[in-house]
Amino acid sequence: MEIPKTITNTMMKKRFRLSEFLAEKLITATAFISFAFIVLIFVFVFRETLPIFSAPEPAVSLEELGEQETYGDIVLSDAERAAEEKEKTKVAAEEGVTVENLAGDRWQPISGKPKYGLLPLIVGSLKISLISIFFAAPIAILAALFTAAFAPRWAKETLKPAIEILAGFPSVVIGFFALVVLATFVQDIFGLEYRLNAFVGGLALSLAVIPIIYTISEDAISAIPKSLTEASLALGATKWQTALKVILPAATPGIFAAILLGVGRAFGETMIVLMATGNAALLSANPFEPVRTMSATIGAEMAEVVFGETHYNVLFLIGSILFLFTFTLNAIAEIFIRQRLMKKFRGS
Amino acid sequence: MTKKKLLGGFVYGTTAFFAFIIIAAVVIVMTNIVAGGWSSLTKDFLLGSPEEGMTKGGIFPAIVGTFLLVMIMSIAGVPIGTMTAIYLSEYASQKSIFARLIRFAVNTLAGVPAIVFGLFGLGFFIQFIGTRVDGVLYNNGELHWGQPNILWASLTMALLTLPVVIVSVEEAIKTVPRELREASLALGATKWQTIRKVVIPNSITGILTGAILAVSRGAGEVAPILFTGAAYFLPHLPSGLSDQFMELGYHIYIMATQSPDVEATRGIQYATTLVLLILTFTLNFSAIFLRYKLRKRIIT
Amino acid sequence: MYSHSYKTLQPTDVRIKTEHLNIYYGKKQAIKDVSLDMFTHRVTALIGPSGCGKSTYLRSLNRMNDLIENSRTEGNVLLDGVNIYDKQVDVVELRKKVGMIFQKSNPFPKSIFENVAYGPRINGMNDKKKLEDIVERSLKQAALWEEVKDDLAKSGLSLSGGQQQRLCIARALAVDPEILLMDEPASALDPIATAKIEELIYELKNTYTIVIVTHNMQQAARVSDYTGFFYMGELIEFDETKKIFTMPAKKQTEDYITGRFG
Ligand SMILES: Nc1ncnc2c1ncn2[C@@H]1O[C@H](COP(=O)(O)OP(=O)(O)O)[C@@H](O)[C@H]1O
Ligand SMILES: [Mg+2]
Repeated sequence: MEIPKTITNTMMKKRFRLSEFLAEKLITATAFISFAFIVLIFVFVFRETLPIFSAPEPAVSLEELGEQETYGDIVLSDAERAAEEKEKTKVAAEEGVTVENLAGDRWQPISGKPKYGLLPLIVGSLKISLISIFFAAPIAILAALFTAAFAPRWAKETLKPAIEILAGFPSVVIGFFALVVLATFVQDIFGLEYRLNAFVGGLALSLAVIPIIYTISEDAISAIPKSLTEASLALGATKWQTALKVILPAATPGIFAAILLGVGRAFGETMIVLMATGNAALLSANPFEPVRTMSATIGAEMAEVVFGETHYNVLFLIGSILFLFTFTLNAIAEIFIRQRLMKKFRGS
Repeated sequence: MTKKKLLGGFVYGTTAFFAFIIIAAVVIVMTNIVAGGWSSLTKDFLLGSPEEGMTKGGIFPAIVGTFLLVMIMSIAGVPIGTMTAIYLSEYASQKSIFARLIRFAVNTLAGVPAIVFGLFGLGFFIQFIGTRVDGVLYNNGELHWGQPNILWASLTMALLTLPVVIVSVEEAIKTVPRELREASLALGATKWQTIRKVVIPNSITGILTGAILAVSRGAGEVAPILFTGAAYFLPHLPSGLSDQFMELGYHIYIMATQSPDVEATRGIQYATTLVLLILTFTLNFSAIFLRYKLRKRIIT
Repeated sequence: MYSHSYKTLQPTDVRIKTEHLNIYYGKKQAIKDVSLDMFTHRVTALIGPSGCGKSTYLRSLNRMNDLIENSRTEGNVLLDGVNIYDKQVDVVELRKKVGMIFQKSNPFPKSIFENVAYGPRINGMNDKKKLEDIVERSLKQAALWEEVKDDLAKSGLSLSGGQQQRLCIARALAVDPEILLMDEPASALDPIATAKIEELIYELKNTYTIVIVTHNMQQAARVSDYTGFFYMGELIEFDETKKIFTMPAKKQTEDYITGRFG
C-alpha cells in the first residue's frame, strides 16, 4: 500500500503564470479592436465632414486646406499662395456650402458654381431601395414560407443552395449582368427611353437583397414552436391555413426585421447601382428614369476629387448619412429580433 | 370544401412559384455569365497582361492583385477575428458590459455599407496614418503611404470581413463539446492550455471556414477599394505594399463602364466576370462543405 | 488546520471534509447545508434520485462548479485540512490533486497515447521515455494496457465504451492525483464493462481516496465502504455502506433503497 501524501497549503498556493496572464490580456485587447474601429469609423467619417459646417468662418477651413495641399508637386511661392487663398476665400464666401445649398435639388459638384443639393441623391437611394424591396420582399418571404410549410425535401435542397449561391454572387457580377443583359431586356419589354434606370437598378438590387430577407424570415419561421403549428393542424386546419393564419403572424416581427435589414443592404449597396442605374442626378418619381444614389455618388466621384475640397467633404457627409441610416435600421431590426427571442424565452 | 382546396392549391402554387423565381434567377445569371465568358477563357487570357489600351490581352495582373489583396487581408484579419471569437466564447462572461460592447461592435461592423469602409480607409488609413508616416519617413512631400495602395486597401477589406471571421469561428468553437473542455480542466490544465490544446485544434475547420468565407467576400467586394488602392491599369505588378494594384472586380467595373469601346471588350468583360465567379464559387463551396462536415460532427 | 509537512495517513483519517456546504444555481439551491467527512483509502458512494444534487456536490470537490457561470458556493471544503475555497488556493493545482471521471466518457479526439500523456505534457514533461513510462503505468493501473498496448497510436475514440471510460481513468491517473471523483462512471456501460470498472475501483482504493456517484444501488453496495444518501439537495443519511443497506436510520433512505421511490 502506497503512502499517500497530505495536501498542504503550500502545494495549493496560488501561482502566477505568465503565459496565462499574457494570453488573456492579449486576447482581450484584440477583442477590443472591433470596438475601437467602430468608434474610429464614426470619428473619421464624420471628421471629414466638419469643414462643411465651419465654412462660414473661412479662416479655419482654409488654413487646413492650404496646409494639406502643399504635398503636391507644385510648391507655391508665398505670394502666389496668398493670392490663391484670397481667391478661395472669395469662392468660399460666395458659395461655401450652406445648408441651403445642401438642401437644394441640384447635384452639380463640378461646375463654376458647384451645387451640392443632396435631395436628388437621397430620393434616388430611397427610390432604388423601395423598388428592390418591392420585388425582393414578396419573393423572399413567400419562398421562405414555402420552404418552411410546404416544400418537399428535394425542393428545399434545391432552394437552400440556390440562396447560398445568390448570396455569394459578388455585387459587381450582379451589376454587370444588370448592365449588359437585364437593362436591354427591360428596355425591350417596356419600350423605354433609357436603358439604365431606377427600375433596372432596383430589380438587380433585389437579387442581392433576396438572400438576406429569405434567410432571416426563414429563421423567424422555423423558430416558431412546433407545438403551435401542431395545435393548429390538430384543430383541423389545413397546411396552408396554418401557414397563413398561424405561422405568418407569429413570425411577423422577424419578417419585419428581415425587411429592415434588406432595406439597409439596398440603401448601402454601391456597385450594382453604380453600374445599372444610369447615374443621372434627376429629381423625379418616375421609376423608368435614370437615377443617382448616395452610395453611387461616392463611388463615382471620390477617386476624382481633391483632398480637402468642399466636394470631398460633402462626399463624406453623404457617407455619414448612409452610415447613420443603415446603423439605425440595423438597430431597429435587432430590437425586433430580440423581442422575438424574448418571447421565445418566456415560452409563449 | 372544393373552394378550400382551391385556395390551398393557390397558396401552395404561389409560394412555390416565388421559390422557383429565385432558382430561375440564379440559373439565368450563371448560364449567361458562363455562356458569355467561356470561349474567351484561355490560358493566354489568364496569364497575359492587358494590351492595346485594355482591348486585348489578359487579366493576369488583376488575378495577382486580387490574390495579394486577400492574402494581406487574411494575414491581418483572420488572427484578429479568431482571437476575438475566442475572447467572446471562452473568456467573456456573457453578462459583462465589455463583452456586450464587443458584440455590439461586431454586429455594427457587419452592417456598415461597403462604401463607408472605403471612406474610412481613405480618411483614416491614407489621410490620417499614411500622410503622417510619409511626413516622418520622407519629409520631402513625396507620397508613398499617404496615397491609395494595396496595404490600405487590404486593411480596409480586413475590417469589412472581420465580422465574417468572428461569427464563423465562434460558431465553430461552440461545437467543441463542453465535455472536452471539462476533461482538460479537470486534469489540471489552465484555461489557455485548454484553449490551445483542445479548443483551437477542434475548431480548426471553423477557423478555416471563416478564413475562406472572408476571402470570398473580400475577393468579391469592389466598393471599399474604389479609392483606397485599386488601379485602372498598371503596366507591372505591385512590387511593394505601397504600390497600387489591379483587381478582378474593379477590372470588371472599369471595363464594363469606362472603357472607350464597351462593346468591343464584351468578351473580356464576360471572361473576367466568369473568373471572379468561379473564384468566389470555389471558395464558397469549400466553406459550405467544411461547415457541413462540422455540423455532422455536432450530431454524432 | 495548517499542515506544512507530509504525514502518513491512516484509513481513519478524514481526507475530505465539507462543512455547511450550500450551492446555488442562480436563485435555485442545489445543495443545502451539507456537512460530511470522507476517509482516506475508502470508497465513498453518493446515492439518491436523479436531480438530488449528487453531481453538484461531487463537482464542488474539485471546483468544477466554478465553470458554471451562475453557480455560487458557500461553506467550506477541506482537503487534508486545506480549505479549497480559500482565495489563496490555485484551482489548477487543486485539480491536479483531485482527478475526475465523468459520466459520459470524454476522451480527446487524439491517440490513446496522447490522451494519457495529456496531463504530463501540460505539466511540462516532454521526455519521450518518461512519457512512455507514465502512459504504460497509467494504462496498467486502469487495467487497459493489455487491450491497447499494440496500438497506442489508435484514436481514443475508436475504443469501446468501457475501454474509453478506462482510458479516461488512465488519463486522470497519469497526473498523479490523490483523490478520484467519479460521476456515474459506469452508467452508460454494459454489465461486463461495468464489472471491470467496479473491479478497478476496488484496486484503486489502495492508492487513492475515491468518491463515486451512482444511481445504481447494487453498485454502491458492491464497491463502497461508506454511502451518503442525498435527497433534494440535502444529505439525509451518511454511514458505513453495510449499515445503510441493512438498517438505515431514516425512513427516506429506507424507502429509496427498497425502491419505493426514485
Ligand atoms: N448548470 C446548471 N444550471 C442550473 N441548474 C442546474 C445546473 N446543473 C444542475 N442543476 C440543477 O441542480 C439540481 C441538482 O443537479 P445534479 O447535481 O446534476 O443532480 P444529480 O447529479 O443528482 O442528478 C437539479 O435540480 C438540476 O436541475
Ligand atoms: Mg448527475
